[in-house]
Amino acid sequence: MDTPVNKKKLSLKEKYSYLTRDLAWEPSYQKKEDLFPYATYEGIKVHDWEKWEDPFRLTMDAYWKYQAEKERKFYAIIDAFAQNNGHLKITDARYLSALKIFLQAISPGEYAAHKGFARAGREFPGVGPQVACQMQAIDEIRHAQTQIHAMSNYNKFYSGFHAFADQRDRIWYTSVARSFFDDAMSAGPFEFMIAIGFSFEYVLTNLLFVPFMSGAAYNGDMSTVTFGFSAQSDEARHMTLGLECIKFMLEQDPANVEIVQKWIDKWFWRGFRVLGLVSTMMDYMLPKRVMSWREAWDIYGEENGGALFNDLARYGIRPPKGWKDAGEAVDHMSHQFMLALYQWNFGTAFHSWIPSDEDMDWLSKKYPDTFDKYYRPRWEHIKKMDEAGTPFNNFGLAKLCQTCQLPTVFSEPGDPSSLCHRETEYKGETYQFCSDHCCDIFKEEPEKFIQAWLPMPALFQAPLNGDLEAWMEWACLENGSDNGDFKGSHDQVSFQKWREMTTSN
Amino acid sequence: MSTVFIAFQTNEETRPVIEAIELDNPSATVHQEPAMVKIDAPDELVIRRETIEDQIGREYDLQELQVNLITMSGHLTEDEDTFTLSWK
Amino acid sequence: MSVVSRKEYIGVPRDRVENFNGNQLVYVGWDNHLLFASAFLLFVSPETVFRDMVQNNVIPLIGADPDAEKIDWDSVTWLKGNQPWTPNWDETLAANGIGHKMLLRFKTPSLNSICG
Repeated sequence: MDTPVNKKKLSLKEKYSYLTRDLAWEPSYQKKEDLFPYATYEGIKVHDWEKWEDPFRLTMDAYWKYQAEKERKFYAIIDAFAQNNGHLKITDARYLSALKIFLQAISPGEYAAHKGFARAGREFPGVGPQVACQMQAIDEIRHAQTQIHAMSNYNKFYSGFHAFADQRDRIWYTSVARSFFDDAMSAGPFEFMIAIGFSFEYVLTNLLFVPFMSGAAYNGDMSTVTFGFSAQSDEARHMTLGLECIKFMLEQDPANVEIVQKWIDKWFWRGFRVLGLVSTMMDYMLPKRVMSWREAWDIYGEENGGALFNDLARYGIRPPKGWKDAGEAVDHMSHQFMLALYQWNFGTAFHSWIPSDEDMDWLSKKYPDTFDKYYRPRWEHIKKMDEAGTPFNNFGLAKLCQTCQLPTVFSEPGDPSSLCHRETEYKGETYQFCSDHCCDIFKEEPEKFIQAWLPMPALFQAPLNGDLEAWMEWACLENGSDNGDFKGSHDQVSFQKWREMTTSN
Repeated sequence: MSTVFIAFQTNEETRPVIEAIELDNPSATVHQEPAMVKIDAPDELVIRRETIEDQIGREYDLQELQVNLITMSGHLTEDEDTFTLSWK
Repeated sequence: MSVVSRKEYIGVPRDRVENFNGNQLVYVGWDNHLLFASAFLLFVSPETVFRDMVQNNVIPLIGADPDAEKIDWDSVTWLKGNQPWTPNWDETLAANGIGHKMLLRFKTPSLNSICG
């Protein structure tokens, strides 16, 4: 039988329609509410799923084609990296701390995002977001895999790369990123999209990936540049999905605006706290720095976020509640956080160090209003203690924030010499917070956040009962190798020795 | 006025694309950063298939952009001939 | 609304005092002394006398700050739950009303060596 041949090539729009919208069907023997039980309980009203537009119009056939090309490029470079002693080409072994934090805290987040999008794709009743979420779910698992694969080359030579999967669940600073994703994944599909698709991907992901990958390029780390850019090439599509999703919700019903605004307030602040880790990488951990955290914030936070919220104003959306406090905190957070990481470095699966005089001069140039006044005196004192042979360790473990799970190291808005403490009571229990915003997030959903697994209080419960050594073993933290000051570490000694071997006989 | 931007990996595939963008968007500013090229433009940036094809001397599918894309900002409108970012 | 859910949803607090084998957590912070990045987490019995907690749990942790040896504990002022409060030094934590996971802050306004 002759099949009629359609001579004309399909337009992008037609192809998209055939390969996306036409895959949907109306249920005949089950009720729609039973098929999609999570679609309405969050209060978001959708009248017409057909109004969903996917601006990229990417269909599965094109998706596989381009993703395969990205993988081929990625593995060509990873092979070249391994064959050419890439692990010795980085500027300095201090750089590895940034990578270790990435592997322990961020890569598992990619895997969590994969699970989240797979679920969101199943729970949305509209075929447009179903297909887009499915692609993003596959992207995210690809990101986790390529990152782990790329960094496995460093694991052959250096400490701190060997147990990221357990450490993700068991170490205090990684629980920050973990709780962020757990919170998003235990929300409904619409909140998940605002949390990850919009707040994280659109508003914040540039601050994570773009300066970090440029930093890797500056510091000779070919494998990280490669996985970073390979992942980032999907990111533009994710950002578009996040923006599309928020516009869709806002346009479907005016009653959605208030709910969406509350989620934006919540998830901007939660994302901003997770990014505290990135600020230390940019300001302190890159031996050769690209730009300061403040400069990155000005471009990707202030300017880009400003443009976005200007645009969303037409729906009645305002910038997130924590926006102004975040802008102020940017001049302080990397210093507050790095001082914390240093004093608790017996409990970190990466190394930290006292910044050199040259580093401190760079920091005072980049932070003229804050570094010399508040943070240099602390570092100078810590340096003096170190030179006297009594290096500073803070064995008083930290008070953690019930919401973001970070140690409460941040200062009071408007008063950098006072720590910010917030406390509330719920059903007779006391809860501690790092900021007004984290406290407000808790008060919106206390039944959720009272269940948080906080690593410091957990250490004093069964089965660890306060035994720090037992904790290290449980957290797969090799004492004397993974943790502590960079000075005198295996990483420092090995890197120096191997580098000398590459230039002499 | 709000800035839109797009960033590509620095490589041989993107070099002619960036040249095409500069031709089509006289008000755009090109920033060369480590391993990456970021292009800013006031309110709108248009990438045209035809201009890229003129630069590279072969047919080009705008979806090929995605292989080397790093990030972008603004609302996207895409069809066979153009890829437009705008804040309006 | 205490959580958005499809049906009634009651959470179980993870860090209830019963989980700490008769002890409790107390947080203690030294205001304006930010060499110590956060308030300290102390693991103590509610029967601990306040003076002993300061002597045995707090003082050993703050020695890195040169102000520590200059503290006149009699003139120190305190906050409990971020409100002004006066401890009874010879009573237990329980008798002082210091519950599980509460925050105590002390102030030494004249001492200011490192963190202005």
